[in-house]
Amino acid sequence: MTVGLLSLVLLGLSALSFILGRQKALASVKGDIRNLHSLPSYCGAGVALFTGIPASLLMIIWLLVQPVLIESHVTDMILPEDIDTGSTRELVMSDVLRIAKGVDVLVARGADEAEITKLINNPAALKTRLADARIALAADINPHVAKAAAAYRTKVATGNNWLAVSTLGLAVAGFLFALMQVKSTFRARNVVEAFVRVLLIGASSVAVLTTLGIILSLVFESWYFFQLYPAKNFFFSLTWAPKFGGGSDLGIWPLLWGTLYVSFIALVVAVPVGLMAAIYLSEYASGRVRSVTKPVLEVLAGIPSIVYGLFALMTVGPFLRDWFAKPLGLGESLSSVMTAGVVMGIMLIPYVSSLSDDIINAVPRALRDGSYGLGATQSETVKQVVFPAALPGIVGAILMAASRAIGETMIVVLGAGAAAKLSLNPFEAMTTVTVKIVSQLTGDTEFSSPETLVAFALGLTLFVFTLGLNILALYIVRKYREQYE
Amino acid sequence: MTKATFRSRKASLLVPDARTKARNASERWFRLTGIAAVSVGILALVFLLGSVLDNGLSAFRQTHIEMAIPLDETKLDVSGKRDPALMAKVTTVGYGKLIQASFQKMLEDRGVDTEKIKPNKLMGLLSKKAAADLRDMVLANPDLIGTTLTFNAMTNGRVDGYFKGRVTLESAERDSNISPEQLRLAQRMADAGVIRTKFNWAFLTNPDASELRPESAGLGVAILGSAYMMMIVLVLSLPIGVAASIYLEEMAPKNIWTDFIEINIANLAAVPSIVFGILALALFVNFLGLPQSAPILGGLVLTLMTLPTIIIATRASLKAVPPSIRDAALGVGASKMQAIFHHVLPLAMPGILTGTILGLARALGESAPLLLIGMVAFVKDYPSSPPNGFFDPASALPVQVYNWTQRSDPAFAERASGAIIVLLLFLLTMNSVAIILRRRFERHW
Amino acid sequence: MDERAKMSARRVQVYYGTNHALKNVDVDILDKTVTAFIGPSGCGKSTFLRCLNRMNDTVASARVEGLIEMDGRNIYDSRVDPVQLRAKVGMVFQKPNPFPKSIYDNVAYGPKIHGLTRNKAELDEVVESSLRKAALWNEVKDRLAAPGTGLSGGQQQRLCIARAVATSPEVLLMDEPCSALDPIATAQVEELIDELRSQFSVVIVTHSMQQAARVSQRTAFFHLGSLVEYGETGTIFTAPNDPRTESYITGRIG
Repeated sequence: MTVGLLSLVLLGLSALSFILGRQKALASVKGDIRNLHSLPSYCGAGVALFTGIPASLLMIIWLLVQPVLIESHVTDMILPEDIDTGSTRELVMSDVLRIAKGVDVLVARGADEAEITKLINNPAALKTRLADARIALAADINPHVAKAAAAYRTKVATGNNWLAVSTLGLAVAGFLFALMQVKSTFRARNVVEAFVRVLLIGASSVAVLTTLGIILSLVFESWYFFQLYPAKNFFFSLTWAPKFGGGSDLGIWPLLWGTLYVSFIALVVAVPVGLMAAIYLSEYASGRVRSVTKPVLEVLAGIPSIVYGLFALMTVGPFLRDWFAKPLGLGESLSSVMTAGVVMGIMLIPYVSSLSDDIINAVPRALRDGSYGLGATQSETVKQVVFPAALPGIVGAILMAASRAIGETMIVVLGAGAAAKLSLNPFEAMTTVTVKIVSQLTGDTEFSSPETLVAFALGLTLFVFTLGLNILALYIVRKYREQYE
Repeated sequence: MTKATFRSRKASLLVPDARTKARNASERWFRLTGIAAVSVGILALVFLLGSVLDNGLSAFRQTHIEMAIPLDETKLDVSGKRDPALMAKVTTVGYGKLIQASFQKMLEDRGVDTEKIKPNKLMGLLSKKAAADLRDMVLANPDLIGTTLTFNAMTNGRVDGYFKGRVTLESAERDSNISPEQLRLAQRMADAGVIRTKFNWAFLTNPDASELRPESAGLGVAILGSAYMMMIVLVLSLPIGVAASIYLEEMAPKNIWTDFIEINIANLAAVPSIVFGILALALFVNFLGLPQSAPILGGLVLTLMTLPTIIIATRASLKAVPPSIRDAALGVGASKMQAIFHHVLPLAMPGILTGTILGLARALGESAPLLLIGMVAFVKDYPSSPPNGFFDPASALPVQVYNWTQRSDPAFAERASGAIIVLLLFLLTMNSVAIILRRRFERHW
Repeated sequence: MDERAKMSARRVQVYYGTNHALKNVDVDILDKTVTAFIGPSGCGKSTFLRCLNRMNDTVASARVEGLIEMDGRNIYDSRVDPVQLRAKVGMVFQKPNPFPKSIYDNVAYGPKIHGLTRNKAELDEVVESSLRKAALWNEVKDRLAAPGTGLSGGQQQRLCIARAVATSPEVLLMDEPCSALDPIATAQVEELIDELRSQFSVVIVTHSMQQAARVSQRTAFFHLGSLVEYGETGTIFTAPNDPRTESYITGRIG
């Protein structure tokens, strides 16, 4: 029985138990629901939960544990001499899985078990049959591997049978147990609500689990990377020159420099413009101007970064090169720190302005009145009263924008270039942490070389950086808001 | 008490003194700076959209050559049994010859001077995909054999580019894929009405194509892939997000654990998207063994990224429902859960939906994490229908854009901008729906 | 018009959007006098006060009609700069609103923006004398660099008065300056108002009739957006002309 079918059956059983539970509840009070503690549908739902939930949990755990157990059994069938030099046990095991899957395909196409047994004993024929079914295998199939694949298949089949039996058994047991509880005093609503509560708590911890997942995967893979490549070189070397074949220099500094340089230019563009726009819109603009301008800026914020990336590549890059870099003799590169920085700055304008807008609006009106009452002009009030009062919040907003700039990927992938350099010339192509994460992880991903794994160390650095900035910013902004609440 | 010695101000109210004038001037400057800043924002938007439209609108037009092709049974189905397996033995080369013959004949009939151009150069005017298209049509419908088919062949990307101004006679001199001679012939064909420009439906329906056939590259697989991912995001993130918000907003006690969850959500919203890609690679691909390039994988990552947005929006709309509603429900003896699900949640629903649509729109435009999980791979086959299709390789709109920017033929740059237009249209639709929902159902308490 | 009038208002109307908030108000503010505006909430007394230094300009929906003169000049004349006007007509608000700056900078703010002093020494002098006038100097002289927001409520309000006094206004408007203060702080501020009278006119809006009786020489009673009665404080409280004034003073309306 396949997992999909099993889930469907479970679902059907739960639905059935809902109906039966509801009927029993009604029957227990002879149709007079006033005598029930809970509404009949709660009783039904209670029984359905007892039927479906334990069984589903068992199924999920089983499905997670079974492959691990089976693989550890099967891997023993492969003898050390079956592993070619240069290969690893993991690679051989992945062959086993692939063959097992291929055989499944053959079965699906109508091969009977006798034929499969024959094929298993004749690896060469197996290989051609698999190749016909478009399952390509690199090397010839070792007889042990073929046997292991066959064993894997049988074990999976038995495992799945037991899974079906035990799951359905548990479902029926749960059903009978719950059905016996159903009587007029059954506190079904409380049971159902307790269950819903658990569901809600579970949903709210998804965020925590995600964070945990991010941290664990980054830390583990980075740790693995530092086993292969000295941490000292990663953190202190000034060259980045990965070579697929060994002997790479993987110093983070050129990447960090590019990241910070691009982010700096972006902030130089976005902060003054965004801040002034926010000040204008919140202090000066009439209602009508605001009602037109704010949505326009929001549109700018809603445009995906790939669009900005394309804008950098096709419009801003050529423009900056032909009008600034070439006449000034600063280089001929289409992608440059300047290109990426300016475009990223444009992207951040609405972000900075909406954050600052909130913060400026949080400054109480009484302060503005106090200043106007003394005969200050609007700009004096803004510059000398509102701005200083809002400063902590604005600093927080800038930090958030900085964290966005550091983590931005598509604009720099398309606009900044790929050459890792430590240069001051803003019209030169440089690269950033995010660009290198993309380039080291796209395409051929084999998770055993330092050249690939370095991406996780880069990701960890990026995560720590942006998380630090964000926590700091959130803290500052929260303190700021408390001041005026 | 010290006697104050400062200048007294007995100046007239009506005549501003020098200092007031200077202050008012600086006031005007400040205001102008503000206007300038706002204008920079608006101009940036105008330039951005202008550049995308300018580069990309031409992707929706495509030059075609229409010809009548007699589908000769002796060439296409020697056995005469219409058996697809046997018919498949005729390769695209065979169909290419058929096209070539009809093409030459058509030019002759229409009186276009070919200047005795070599046949392979003549065929060079057509998309390399024409023969394959014809073959697919015939194999899909063997009854066509024996009839004369009116066939619409796309022109080659360079010829198409010539009519869009991207390729010139000068650039053709240096181009190994096209010669000025071919372009002049194309011009004569256009003058004779043989080459015609049509709306490019294929751009929206075709799958991606290889480097040599930019003219046939389309967004079909990408749109389908994006749609699948959005389905997954919607189905997963809406219930989880709403459930999490209900717990945090309505039921959770104020303690360290809920504080921790809240900080977590706020931070997750600010984690760089690429980090989610790394998470997906390490957790979903390497650990759980989900297939790369599959919409299920992309959908899961985007769900995790969208959740904070939805949770924040949902909590805001739950908070906007006044406590009196809850009190009223509790007052008639409803349980807390009933008060929430029967009264508070329906009232908060418009806000939740608006937030969800906006979250989906953000997810639709997200590309960085998808690059890492192999969505950038070249996918030529449409994924099958859900749910199995969720596990088939597919592309996604923003990633397709990235993919095309990495190709060297400038025809792909046009396609990339065209794809952006499609993406932006989707986003525009989603945002408009969100705005309409908000306007329509907004409640003021 | 009274000879001693510092400011005079004639037929003043104020609209907030379509709401007619103030109807036909005629008042003369005498020089070196404390004038109290009393009346129930929403009667228009604060609205009228805010017309006197054109603070209503900062409210987008507000529209003021009629004539308000200061020293014989229409303050709503298009040539009048509200900024210059507000330097002459200072204002103290209901809730103390010190800027989030040091005590010193709070008081120095007005003189600085109006350029009233030539150097730091003069500015120091202005700050000191203003704080003295506001009866705050002795309490804060050792911590002028401390933030103004750290003071107690009553001190904050006196700081705001010092801030207003520092620009040497000719008229000082006070919008319920004691409503957020405890009785002791209120007494201090009231005492202060009486001293300030020697230098300029003070207009005070208040809820409390006792306060109006204690501090003011002249009183105006507003009701439902109209000026009901205006005259010597003693007369208003002992022998009001209008039955509405009497009802309010005896606590029957309010």
